[in-house]
Amino acid sequence: MPAATETREAVEKLGQSTYKWGFETDIEMDLAPKGLNEEIIRLISSRKEEPEWMLEWRLAAFRTWQSMEDPKWAKVSYPPIDYQDVHYYAAPRTKPGPKSLDEVDPALLKTYEKLGIPLHEQALLAGVEPAEGERLPVAVDAVFDSVSVATTFRKTLAEAGVIFCPISEAVREHPELVRRYLGTVVPAGDNFFAALNSAVFTDGSFVYVPKGVRCPMELSTYFRINARNTGQFERTLIVVEEGASVSYLEGCTAPMRDENQLHAAVVELVAMDDASIKYSTVQNWYPGDEEGRGGIYNFVTKRGACRGARSKISWTQVETGSAITWKYPSCILQGEGSVGEFYSVAVTNNCQQADTGTKMIHLGRNTRSTIIAKTISAGRSDSTYRGLVRVQPKASGARNFTQCDSLLIGDRCGAHTVPYIECRNMAARVEHEATTSKISEDQLFYCRQRGLSEEDAVGLIVNGFCRDVLKELPMEFAVEAQKLLQISLEGSVG
Amino acid sequence: MNTISPDRGGPLALFSQRLEGLAGAERQQAVAALQHAGLPTRRVEAWKYTALRVLGQTSLSAPAATYDAAAARAALDHVLAAQDGLADQPRLVFVNGRHAPDLSVAPKGVKVTFFADAPRFGNAASPDRDPLVALNTALAEDGANIQVEAGVDGGTLLLVSIGLGGQALTFSFHPRHAVVLEAGARLTLVCVQAGQGAYFHNPVTDIHVGAAAALEHVTLQLEGAEAVGLGTVYADVDREGVYDSFALGVDGLLLRHEVHARLGASRAAVHVNGVQRLGGAQVGDMTSVITHAAPDCISRQTVRNVLDGHARGVFQGKVLVEQIAQKTDGYQMNQALLLSPDAEIDAKPELEIYADDVRCSHGATVGALDDEQLFYLRSRGVPDAQARQILIEAFVDETLGLIAHEGAQALCRAMLARKGGAGESA
Repeated sequence: MPAATETREAVEKLGQSTYKWGFETDIEMDLAPKGLNEEIIRLISSRKEEPEWMLEWRLAAFRTWQSMEDPKWAKVSYPPIDYQDVHYYAAPRTKPGPKSLDEVDPALLKTYEKLGIPLHEQALLAGVEPAEGERLPVAVDAVFDSVSVATTFRKTLAEAGVIFCPISEAVREHPELVRRYLGTVVPAGDNFFAALNSAVFTDGSFVYVPKGVRCPMELSTYFRINARNTGQFERTLIVVEEGASVSYLEGCTAPMRDENQLHAAVVELVAMDDASIKYSTVQNWYPGDEEGRGGIYNFVTKRGACRGARSKISWTQVETGSAITWKYPSCILQGEGSVGEFYSVAVTNNCQQADTGTKMIHLGRNTRSTIIAKTISAGRSDSTYRGLVRVQPKASGARNFTQCDSLLIGDRCGAHTVPYIECRNMAARVEHEATTSKISEDQLFYCRQRGLSEEDAVGLIVNGFCRDVLKELPMEFAVEAQKLLQISLEGSVG
Repeated sequence: MNTISPDRGGPLALFSQRLEGLAGAERQQAVAALQHAGLPTRRVEAWKYTALRVLGQTSLSAPAATYDAAAARAALDHVLAAQDGLADQPRLVFVNGRHAPDLSVAPKGVKVTFFADAPRFGNAASPDRDPLVALNTALAEDGANIQVEAGVDGGTLLLVSIGLGGQALTFSFHPRHAVVLEAGARLTLVCVQAGQGAYFHNPVTDIHVGAAAALEHVTLQLEGAEAVGLGTVYADVDREGVYDSFALGVDGLLLRHEVHARLGASRAAVHVNGVQRLGGAQVGDMTSVITHAAPDCISRQTVRNVLDGHARGVFQGKVLVEQIAQKTDGYQMNQALLLSPDAEIDAKPELEIYADDVRCSHGATVGALDDEQLFYLRSRGVPDAQARQILIEAFVDETLGLIAHEGAQALCRAMLARKGGAGESA
């Protein structure tokens, strides 16, 4: 049973510490003063050397945000957030464009080493050009607090015609593309956190895959929150033209702190005719300690527009971190025959709260969507699946299948399922099923009888429970996700 | 005292005159709760899919003291004629919310008093919880208070509410019913809400099912074509008790049947089933909250919607399992059949679970009539309209079969047959 062996080894290696990414990097930072006002937005915009239209867009979003209230409908509770007590800009003070590893701030270098990114990749992360002939499968954009510190493989990608760069750079270098697509999937005033993000977003990735190009490697962004009293507001925009395709991975970690930090991201995906986007997330923000102190508030808006016929957007997420998760990656299925997929594993332990799910909006004919959501609750945590399937009158032949399964470990946690089904077309078929149960005594007994410890047995069963989702992840991520599941549930049994 | 404005209190302003100067602690408390919360708009989660805007802009007064006795008699006969033997059953008849002794047939073995004589608000329905219950508490004038003593089989009792309205919506009535089954008692209560024209009917029924008692509660919503018929049931079920509820939504401009069932002691069971058959511009809403507050309880729910014309069906079903309610067995299924390109279904099956040793599941499906099944029937010479009718009947048949009481089941079938064939029906 390799999965169990692997997870057991992972846990043994960790010893007592359950969150191995919880260290803090001591590095000289450039911090904007605390607070949020037009001056701060102008400051962010000028630091990013943005054109005037971008600043105006931010200010308009800020004004909209001021008239909005925090959403209250999710099944999460947290004390009111003081939005004026946050630094909206934090960047490590590094020399621009280091030519070799020696020039890169050693603290930054060490951070990547500790985060477990392989050495040669790590060299790349810090902005060093790869040696001739060396080819790696994944291009990485590393976002450290408010800025992107390095993006790898840009040359290789550029040869294929793919643009992969920090969004702040895209605003300067490719304004026509950014202007055409930014805010078209998630409008600036879409919701409270999207408006906040639109006003103050600092970095994130921009991907443009031109017509007919199959992106030669997987793209990845690694988000790291490091500074105190900051929030991270990244913005990702991925545009895939006709017949093109891309697979994109996202990872994230943060130091262990008593304070709560806000992460309010916006991700927009656009897929044209026959285009395909696969977006995978392993979300591992610091979840807070056993008593619920600290941890990241992960309030993000992710949405993809299948604009073209036969386009496809697939979201896969493994959510193990964050004190609170508020996240609904969605698909707007506009193009005829377009396909939306959502595969999710959400694990909560201790005092974590997660309210996550998806929206599938069927607008075009013969659009199809699949939702597979697995929820695991342990400790004193609460986990909610909240999803919407809407079939509009023109979406004849639309098809949806939804399956939500919840697993409860212990009698002090909660698992909830709140699907919304709105169907306005008689030629559509919508199916939804959901189950809630605990780990089967029979399965547990079977594993124990064969010599597995209770913890290993639970890990094995949980991995099996999540298999439908984990198999959708790219290989390396699937292995990491399996380990994460085990670590997240540590101490929840026995 | 706060004044109620249309923008703050939703449609509450329609009742503002009647809410002034009410006597009695319960009613004053209810008015305070209403002034605080207003009547629900679609921004309230529980009313996300059903708008009370249809109540219009005109103030709703209390019903007139007198009514057209012949029309009431005709409406009652229309119901009673639906099935042989129904006319001989004991029945309590209310017209425009008030008890009509001349139309009623006194039951045996069941104690009945009337709200108008001795107001009793009951325990399960607290005005703080639900604005429509608060509105009922403030404005209730009459209602039946039904009691079946320990170990007694109360047989079958018909509770007929007749609304007689005109073309425009001008009045509302808010009956307050209570049903208490003591330990080991049994009763089949068939509530028929029938009428003509426009009115707003907002009954609240407070139910207690005692230990090992069994209540079968069948509600038929056959309201007037322009009427708004809501209905809120709060049922509390004791150890080994059974509350078996079935609702049939057929006629009315806007219908909502809302059941709050609480399994308060072990080995209790509730069934909250229903069928909606809507057409024209009708909106029908079946909402339920089943709370498992004790271990080893069972809940079952099957709701089927058949929607034609521009009709919109709403299903909101929540199953809440409290931490104490280990070994809960919950199942919920909602299915909708859309017969017209303009029909719509909005479904929200919801599980909220705090106990780990449970088995809970729900399912929902939406679709049109199956082309292959239709083809099968057509290829055997069944005309199209008839083939559709057969398939529609088959779709709701299984759910109707869940009504244990044969007479009540037959009555529901008869009312569905009156609603008409597969084609458009208003």
